[in-house]
This record gives sequence, structure tokens and C-alpha cells, in this order.
Amino acid sequence: MEKSLNWREYLITRLIRISGYSAIVFVAAIFFFILKEGLPALTEVKLSDLFAVRWYPIEDYFGLLPLVTGSLIITVGAMLIAFPFGIATAVFIAEIAPRWVREILKPLVELLAGLPSVVLGFLGILVLAPNLRRLLDLPTGLTALAGSILLGGIAVPTIVSIAEDALDAVPRSYREGAWALGATRWQTIWRVTLPAARSGVITAVMLGIGRAIGETMTVMMVTGNAPVLAVKLGSILSPVRTMTATIAAEMGEVASGSVHYHVLFFIGIVLFLISLVVNVAASSVVFRARKRAERILS
Amino acid sequence: MNPPRPLSLIFHLSSFFFLLFILTSCTSSSQASSNSPALYIENKGSDTIVNLALAWAERYQAEHPDVRISVTGGGSGTGLASLINGSADIANASRKIKPEEAAEAQKNGIQPVEHVIARDAIAVIVNPENPVGELTLQQVSDIYSGKINNWQELGGEDRPIVRLSRETNSGTHIYFLETVLRLGEKDNQTLFSMDTLLLPSSEGIVAEVRDNPNAIGYDGLGYVPKDLKVIAIARAADGPYVLPSAATVNDKTYPIARDLYMYTAGEPTGVLAAYLDWIFSPEAQEIVLQLGFVPIK
Repeated sequence: MEKSLNWREYLITRLIRISGYSAIVFVAAIFFFILKEGLPALTEVKLSDLFAVRWYPIEDYFGLLPLVTGSLIITVGAMLIAFPFGIATAVFIAEIAPRWVREILKPLVELLAGLPSVVLGFLGILVLAPNLRRLLDLPTGLTALAGSILLGGIAVPTIVSIAEDALDAVPRSYREGAWALGATRWQTIWRVTLPAARSGVITAVMLGIGRAIGETMTVMMVTGNAPVLAVKLGSILSPVRTMTATIAAEMGEVASGSVHYHVLFFIGIVLFLISLVVNVAASSVVFRARKRAERILS
Repeated sequence: MNPPRPLSLIFHLSSFFFLLFILTSCTSSSQASSNSPALYIENKGSDTIVNLALAWAERYQAEHPDVRISVTGGGSGTGLASLINGSADIANASRKIKPEEAAEAQKNGIQPVEHVIARDAIAVIVNPENPVGELTLQQVSDIYSGKINNWQELGGEDRPIVRLSRETNSGTHIYFLETVLRLGEKDNQTLFSMDTLLLPSSEGIVAEVRDNPNAIGYDGLGYVPKDLKVIAIARAADGPYVLPSAATVNDKTYPIARDLYMYTAGEPTGVLAAYLDWIFSPEAQEIVLQLGFVPIK
């Protein structure tokens, strides 16, 4: 009996350890695969051509700038919408709403997170884009703005769900302390609860950004996919083409091993690097905040 | 310590499924060997035709279980090359065989025989509210290359032109580029204007044209719904403006249309002849219509 228990424990710890390491192995394997398929693009296409402004791969124009700026403008737009909405909803659910409202709202928001993006894309084509065109008097409603609004909608549930958990984890004594000092409810939320949940809230926003920049189907359906350089402020009201939509639209037909194929994987590397930067920035902010808190407490 | 019941249940269930699996795999393999197809057709070529060829092959195999047809894409050139080196029985092509390909076939002792199996026409569509109803090929080219940017220049309302196109990986996109934007000229290097919207599906183009009076789009004739306005196209400014239809495509008066071909090595015989005869039957040509192409009769 004793012996079999030991043996079992040994096996189980090993299994858990293997599944832990496997996550690292998979990420590394994916990264090396993308590098292997994408880096040849640098030797096949001149750097100056990669940083050009025309993307028309069937005639060997491989300028990536329109795609990178397209992805960035849509993600920034989505965050401008999702950040205030998401945090406000999380604060409402965690701090203000009565218990029964909260018990309905939280699962509803999480249900929203499971909405397939292709369904949102259809809504975008049939409802959002036509109304945007009429309201703002645009040539077409299939614009970066339509993409930003839908991506904002996709990112909100992620942000709400994680930020609400973080706010919920703030000990009740913090709030009671603030109330005892005479702080109003708003002051408590703004000065005490939110800063205390800061790392969780930042994680929520970063995951939201990750969700937005990686989203493919919806943007492919509603942004018009015109590879135009999006650097002006007005670009938000014109069609753009994102990196993800480009990969999704073109990977299926491209000849394996061709220049176009390698460039598509190179776009994958760029996407990978962008999300790496976002994650490193986020964790360094969280890390610094934690260190400061430790210094104050010690 | 009691034996864990659920585990033993799972064990029994899994052994049951395992047995089931073995039994079914036995029966299916024995079925396959008794009905093994005696006649085999290798059909290869144009990606434009591949869906049509697949639909035909599926229907034909359902009616003739003894025939097995393998359909692959890869492009017209790939298909003809396979026909020339003998690895395909039928080559699908969305263009005529080139003289150098025909010469190479002769060298291999193969006489390629051409069969026009369907036609492909592209309709240029606008919103029903748009008063513009006739355009020349040159005008359509100028619209898509970005030289004409307002409907007023074409006698329409003062509205910006929103250009819609299929994605670059679609055969329709490339055909439109070669035939309309570049007017069929080989050394013409005209490109789509950069702000052309590239939509991933026919439905996307149809939805946007239906809603947006600024939009112009194009699509395979069979995919165009009745509630959109189809533009009549002329080859030259003084020429007749022709609306696309099965009749105008078949008598070649509509300019944005092409024949789709199947090539065989020599006059087809036996199972190949039977298959090609069936392709010209009303039943098979009905499938042509369903897939958005124009039947030849």
C-alpha cells in the first residue's frame, strides 16, 4: 500500500511536470518553425522592398508597411473603445452592482466572450458597416473604424472577466479602511481598490490587446482589406488591411516554399514580436509595481 | 481499498468500442476490395475549374460506381504539363493550349484534343440606385486602376467610387486583372488601385454593392443576384453595349468572358469518351449553372 502510493505520487508529479514543460516546448517549437519558414524572406526580398508601401504579392510587391500600420491602427482604436468600457463594467460588477445583478451580469459577459467572431463579422457587414457609412457620410462603411468597434466588443469580455476577478481579490479590509477614513465610494474605488488590483487590471488590458491584434475573421470581413498605408488620423475612416487577415486570406493558395509563402511567415514573425513586446512591457510594469509595494510594506 | 468502479466501466466500454472498430474496419475493407474500381481517370489542372470538375466527378461516380475519377488543381499549366508527360488523362485549362505546349506534346507522341466544356463570364455590378448602366472596357479599367474616382466623370451622380474586388488568390481576380485592367495586352503593367477593397467572398461583394450606391464590383455571372444592377459592357466607345447572359456569352458578343477547356490526349475513347459525352449532357451542364459558370448550350 505504502509503496504503491509513493509510486503513484511519483508518476503524478512527473506527469504534471511534463505538462508544465510541454507549454514551453510547444511555444519554442512554434517559434522555431515560424523562424525557419519566415527568415528566408529576408534574403529573397530586399529590406527596402519589405518596408515599401505596396502589397500586391501576385506581382511580387511585398511592402509590409500597410499591413503593420493597418493592424496597429485597428488595435489602438479597439483599445480606446474596450479599455474604458471594460474597466467601467468590471468596476460596476465588482464594486457597485447588488449581488443579484452581479450574479446575472458576470455569466452574461462571459457568454459574450464565447461569441464566434464570424458571427460578429456578419453583424458588422450587414448592420454596422451600412450604418457607419450613412451616419458619417463615408464612401464605404468597411473601414478601420468598423473593425475597431467590433474588436473592442470582442476584447471587452476578456477585460471585464479578468479585471473583475482582480478587483474581487482585493481584501475587504482595504475598502473598510478607506470608508473608515471617510472616503466616498468613488474615492475608494479610484484611489484604493483599482490601484490595489493594478497588476490584474493591467494583465486584463494586455490580454485584451492580444485578443484584438490576433483576431482574424472579423477584421477580414469588415475592414475592406485594402492595403493602404494607415498613418494619418483620417485613416481610421478608410479601409485597411491587417497582418492577420493577409495571412488568412493568402496562405491557403500560396505555393509552399515560394517567396510569397516565406513573406507570409515573416508577417507571422512580426506579429509574434509585437505580442512579445506587449507582454514584456506588461509584465515589467506589473513587476515594478509589485517591487514598489514591497518596499512600502517592509 | 475497493476497486474503482468507474475505471472498470471505462475499460469495458473502451474494449467494446475497440471490438466495434475492428469489426467495422473488417467489413469496410472487404467491401472496398469487392467493388474495387476497374476504370480510373486522372483529371488535373486549372484552379478555376477544379470545383466544377469535382462536382462532375462526384455525380458521375455516384451513377457509375465502377469509375474512379481523381481531380486535382494546380493551374492550367500544371494540368497540361501532366497531360503531356502522360500522368493525367484529362487536363483542365482556363486558357487555350500554348503553341510551345502543343509542340512538346507532339514530341511525346501526344495529340492534344480540345473540348470546350463550359464558359466563364464576369459581370460588373453596381447598386440599383446608380444611374450609370453602360461602360466601356477602357472605362472599367480606368476605374479600377484609379484614374477615374468619381461617378460624375461617367455621367453619374457626384459620388466617390468605391472599388470592390475579390482577393488576389481568386482566379476571378487574376482573370479580371488580365482581361479588364490590362485589356488583354501582355505588356500592360496596370495594377489595381491601392485603395481597392479586397473582399474574401462573393457574398461580401454582393452585400456591399447591394447596400452602397458608391460601390462597383465584379463577380462570376452565376453568382450575381437579381436585385443588383449589371453593367452593359462595350469593347470600344462606339461599339454595342452588351449585357452578360448565357446567349451573349455563347455568341461571344459580351467581352469579359472566356471558354473553359478540357484537353485529352488524342480523341477520347472508352471510359474517357463516355465521361466527356456525359459532361455535355443537360444533367452535367445543369451543374455548370449551379457553380456560377455559363453552360455551353
